Amino acid sequence: MIEIKALHKSYTIGSNSLHVLKGINFTAQAGELVAIMGSSGSGKSTLLNILGMLDEADSGEYTLDGVPIKNLSETKAAKYRNKFLGFVFQSFNLINYKNAMENVALPLYYQRIPRKERIEKAMKYLEQVGLKEWANHLPNELSGGQKQRVAIARALASEPKVLLADEPTGALDSKTSSEVMDLIQKINDAGNTILVVTHELDIAHMCKRIVHLKDGVIVEDKKIKQVRASAHVQ
Amino acid sequence: MFSRDTWKEIFETIQKNKLRTFLSGFTVAIGILIFVALYGFGNGLVNTFNEFFADDANNVIYMFPGRTTIPYKGYKSARQIEFENSDLTDIKKNFAMFVEYATPRISRTNLVKYKEESNNYTNRGVDWGHQFAEKTIIMKGRYLNVEDINNNTKNAVIGRLVEQDLFGNENGIGEFIDIGGSAFRVIGVFQDEGGDNEERLIYLPYTTRQLIEKNTDKVDELIVAFKPELGYVGAMAFSNGLERFLKQKKFISPEDQNGIFIRNVADALKQNQQFAGVLQMIVAFVAFGTIIAGIIGISNIMVFTVKERTKEIGIRKALGATPKSVIVTILLESVFITTVSGIVGMLIGVVLLSYLGEKLKDYFITNPYINTGTAIFATIVLILFGALAGYVPAKRAASIKPIVALRDE
Repeated sequence: MIEIKALHKSYTIGSNSLHVLKGINFTAQAGELVAIMGSSGSGKSTLLNILGMLDEADSGEYTLDGVPIKNLSETKAAKYRNKFLGFVFQSFNLINYKNAMENVALPLYYQRIPRKERIEKAMKYLEQVGLKEWANHLPNELSGGQKQRVAIARALASEPKVLLADEPTGALDSKTSSEVMDLIQKINDAGNTILVVTHELDIAHMCKRIVHLKDGVIVEDKKIKQVRASAHVQ
Repeated sequence: MFSRDTWKEIFETIQKNKLRTFLSGFTVAIGILIFVALYGFGNGLVNTFNEFFADDANNVIYMFPGRTTIPYKGYKSARQIEFENSDLTDIKKNFAMFVEYATPRISRTNLVKYKEESNNYTNRGVDWGHQFAEKTIIMKGRYLNVEDINNNTKNAVIGRLVEQDLFGNENGIGEFIDIGGSAFRVIGVFQDEGGDNEERLIYLPYTTRQLIEKNTDKVDELIVAFKPELGYVGAMAFSNGLERFLKQKKFISPEDQNGIFIRNVADALKQNQQFAGVLQMIVAFVAFGTIIAGIIGISNIMVFTVKERTKEIGIRKALGATPKSVIVTILLESVFITTVSGIVGMLIGVVLLSYLGEKLKDYFITNPYINTGTAIFATIVLILFGALAGYVPAKRAASIKPIVALRDE
């Protein structure tokens, strides 16, 4: 599903160049639930942004579902993002003047799906994350966990090939974190490929595979026995 | 790009960001409103100036006698100049090529009586040509004619308000009124656009007036109308010629500014029209300044709006919005708001102007109006610049990487 080879990325800050990713090789199969771990500054978010086509690599190859991702125009990148990827962010990134249902329906709007169908689909995914009753609430009327679940519903709505989650539990308490991870596990159980960036070990252990990043290189890549989050959810 | 869905999305955004919508709409509406109002006031000013002169014919030269200030040809200074009948005949004879008609005017105020009613009115002893010089409009009966002048008839033409005062609702034509002790027959009733005062006048044959005053041949002022085909330059030359002629005849030094006074309506009209034109230019300049201020205002709001929405744009891009769709959404939103509020501002302005009508006449603004073309042009200019002002920041926002936009707090 995801295949990257010799990926390099550096940022220029003033006159200094910061080499963030120093040759990453990584593959993920369909249906995997991968945790990308590392301390801050290890390059894990940068990797995720490149995978999500939010950022561009300096060199290296990246193939997503058999499509080479290279030299994309903004328009093309936007179309690929819409077609292939769903994002879940640490800070939720919901549009604050749109209610839960409208937020979920937004990626479908960019897929030019008719309005009626959009609403139906959005409601379906809201139901899946257990927030059907909250469809008409604005983000600021929702709790952190609820917001993240709306964000997950939004990421799912476009039926992406890969779900990319950047510290999805970073802004949540441990109980809500478990609820969100439970949801992510269930989505993974349904066959979706999910990449989770986290620096929390217990969250990482709820995935099926941990990739450890340090100073821009992968230092460890191991399959683990998944801890079910439902055990933590009362 | 212009699908129903796009518009729905835009309306939703507009609806849910009421303050932002209101601010940008308000700026545009106020800008257009002030433009329309100012421009209309400028036109109203010109209207007033034109109205001052619409009352009288503008091919007329008025001459008033004065008092000399320079001794000349054996005459002392401070000599009172007087006009007489022969001046008029001499002018007609010497300037036959230029003169259309000429009339004297002898103004007196007398007690006028009809049955129980009486009041003081100003009467003017005039020749028949006076009707055209004053643009007197006969409502009923007739004006003075050559016969009246030649035969010193005791006929009078009275103003609309004089008839109203003396006769009430009755018809005054054919009735006799007492003017300063002499009985005159009312032969006509007139109205005048010069206002109430002009409609309280009475016109008599000047010959009759002179006969009453011991058969004098003196007149108060001379009114000479020149042929309109002379044009402005010809009229100026004619009035200069008249002045030279009269000064020579009355032994007034050519340098003496006070012996006689000449008012050339054509000259005054031209000067005033130029003045009004300059005023209108100034007003138009201020009005366009308002439009520019409006453009700057809407630009500021657009820059701010786009800045404020940077994160939202990042989210939308992450969800698959192309740069084009981002620009189109922002632009259509801004164009929609500026168009609607621009038209609203324009309509309010136009309605305001028509409501004001004559209400500002005390401030020299009569019937302010704006050409539909000018109003629409200004509105379109504002909309276009509003769109341009939105396009630049929208394009920049659409081209920032989503990851940068997402980080924006």
